[in-house]
Parts: sequence; C-alpha cells; structure tokens
Amino acid sequence: MTGNDSSADQPVIVLQNLVKFFGRFAALRDITDSFAPGRLYVVVGDNGAGKSTLLRVVAGLMQPSQGSMTLLGSQNVRDVAHRIGYMGHAPLLYDELDGMENLRYFAGLYGLSHDAVCRQAIQEVGLDPELERRVGQYSQGMRQRLSLARAVLHNPELMLLDEPFSNVDVHSARDMATVLGRVRDQGKTIFVVTHQAPLMEPVADEFVHMAAGQIVARETMRRPAEAAR
Amino acid sequence: MSQSSVTRSTLLKDLRMEWRSKDAINSMLFFSLLVVVIFSFAFNPTAEESRQIAGGLIWVAFLFAAVVALNQTWARELRNQVLDAYRVSPAPPNALFLAKALGNFLFVVILETLMAPLFVVFYQLRSVGPVWQLVVVALLGTWALVVNGTFFAALSIRTRSREIMLPLILFPISIPALLAMVDSTTTILTGDGTPSFWLKMLVVYDVVFTLVCLLLFETVLNAE
Repeated sequence: MTGNDSSADQPVIVLQNLVKFFGRFAALRDITDSFAPGRLYVVVGDNGAGKSTLLRVVAGLMQPSQGSMTLLGSQNVRDVAHRIGYMGHAPLLYDELDGMENLRYFAGLYGLSHDAVCRQAIQEVGLDPELERRVGQYSQGMRQRLSLARAVLHNPELMLLDEPFSNVDVHSARDMATVLGRVRDQGKTIFVVTHQAPLMEPVADEFVHMAAGQIVARETMRRPAEAAR
Repeated sequence: MSQSSVTRSTLLKDLRMEWRSKDAINSMLFFSLLVVVIFSFAFNPTAEESRQIAGGLIWVAFLFAAVVALNQTWARELRNQVLDAYRVSPAPPNALFLAKALGNFLFVVILETLMAPLFVVFYQLRSVGPVWQLVVVALLGTWALVVNGTFFAALSIRTRSREIMLPLILFPISIPALLAMVDSTTTILTGDGTPSFWLKMLVVYDVVFTLVCLLLFETVLNAE
C-alpha cells in the first residue's frame, strides 16, 4: 500500500502492540493507539516515559522490537518519508554552513531545488534568509527556529517535533508555538514532545500523557475557536 | 530526487565544509610530512635503495594519513545528530556513501599530489618505468583505501573508541590492496618487470569492495 491511499478520515498513525526494548529495558510497552489527521498532539510525561523513543520509532529512526505501525497508510516508513518532517532533540544542522546553505542542502534531499522554498521556510520561523552567519554562531533559539524551518520546508503532512522549545526563551517559544498552530490550521498533523506543556495549551488539540513506556491518558482540548462555534 | 543529484549536493556540501575548516586536509598533510621527514632521517638511503623501499614507505604513509581523514568523514554528521536528518529523508542511502567516498578520494589525491614532490626530493627518487603507470596505481590504490575506509568508518561510528576501531578493521582487509600497491609501485620505480598482474588485482579489489560496500551500506546506516 502506498502513502497516497490514505484519505482525510483515515488515521495518520496506527500503532499495534508496539514494543521497544533497549537490552532488557522496555522503553515502549505494548502501545496500541491511533491518531487522526489535522490535529496538534502534545506528548507529555516524565523523563524516561518513552516520548522521544516513540517519536523516533514513528520517524523510522528506530525499529520496534515487536508490534507494527501504519504511517500515512503505509507500513513502510521509507515509502512515506517525503511526507514526514522530523525535528530532533539536537538541531540536526551543520554548524559550518549558514542558514540558507543548510536548508538548500536538506531541500535537495527532498528533491526541492528552488531557493524560494528555503527563503519562505526561514521567514516563516522569523529568521532572516540573508543572514550569512554560520549556524555554529547562532543562538540556541535561532538554531531551534532554523531546525523547525528544516523540518517544515518540504511541506510535510505529518510533523514529529522532539523538544522544539528546549533552551529557547519564552517569547521565542510562544512564537514557535504560534507557527505550529498555523501549520496545523493548514491541515497538517503535528506531534510535539515537550516538557513545556503550558506553552502549547493555546494551540493544542490533544494532550497525550505517557508514563513508563505506555500511553496512559489522552485529553482533548477545547480551543477558543471551537468554543466560539 | 535522483541518486546522482544527492551524491553531487552532498559532495559539494562536504567540500565546502572542508574548505572552511580544513580539518582533514591539514591533519593529513602534517602527518605525511612527519612520516617523510622522519623516515628520511632514519634510513638515509641511496637512490637505488630508495627505489626498492619507496613503494612501501609511500603507501604506508598515505594509508596512515588517510585514516586521519576517514575518521573525520562521519564526525560532521554525528555533530548535532545531522545524520538523523538524512536518515528520515527519502534520499537514497548509497548517495551518501558515494559522496563520502568520493570526498575522501579527492582529499587523499590532493594529499598525494602535494606529497609526491617531497618524496622525490627526500628519497632521490627517479622512476625507471613509465610514470603514467604510477598515476594509475595511485588512483586505483587510493580508491581501494577510501572505499573500505569510508564504509568501516560508518560501521564504527556507534562504537565508543571509533578512532582505534577504524584502523583495527581497515588495515587487515586492506592487506591485499596494499600488497598490490606496494609491489606495483616498486616494479614501476625499479623497472623490473611489468605491474600488470598487480594492476588487475587492484581493479578487481576495487570493483568487488565497491559493490559490497554499496550493498551493505543501508544496513550499516540504519543499524542501532
């Protein structure tokens, strides 16, 4: 099955008895769940709850030890890799290149060759595409913004963001949360793993609570726009 | 996106980063320079003796120097976990491998070009055989070193002491290529016979190991 088979009503992610072991330690324990498209999910939980591991498994960076997963209608993550955006704990950027050079390279990996795409992605996160400073000289907040630009530049349907606000000041974090809300409003599905849940409250659709490698609760939020309707 | 376009853009990106940092080329040059100078003081050979031992000296110097560059190959991809950005993209894994191998090939060829005149001066080298054959040996031998080196450097990136691990894996598997490189170089320098057997062996070695590395690289890249 290819990714194009997925319709608007189909879940974006279906997890079936997902287990991930590191040696004898089970980081994910028998997770069975599904997630609808066009929503912004905020994954919260204590350190070691399995949030980042879940995201890395969904992104295809780790293989599950047991269980299966369907992503955008496909059981093979590589088949739908061009429809997924991933932002890791680390910035996933080259320190020796400037912002545009970084984005140009990563755009090339997705078959995009126009500078306009990179410029738009940089502007969308509030950075200056003309800035010639190398990423190694960026502040932590600028790196995180550029990392977000890298994750969204190929216009993915599913975005997996691991701690996008770590080491970012509150003002920049709020700006980034607003950007994520706008992206979700365009019909994209977003997963944000964060310890700063209050930042996401204004834009989140659902909070996914994890503990000891399991999803223990899902809490649907009522956003102001929905409340007004 | 095609394999060739990703290979080209990754190679250009690596060359640009190396041009800015000069991490690999500087350390390789310094290392080879030390080997040339120290060996010339230690042996002080005549011109005839030089022709007999130069093949071994040259290739051992380049092999050790290449390891310095090979260890840097994946270091940039591990910093900030940039390799994850490649792994989640739809870009073909082999394009990354080919770009890295070609980049290392270029770096080592530049090193060889810069160091060759020094070997000639320090060891009073005059080739009795045709010099163009030395160029062929250098190109084939360099590819033999870097294709395996790039692959095994990728294999050792998740190990704790990868700087030590790389030569431990690379040197034993490079012995047939090294033997062919040293013997063909000595044959050409001294003019005793033809190096055709060793050249054929280098071609076969290059083809076999390039194919094996390409076949296995995706597994190595995604290993946990």
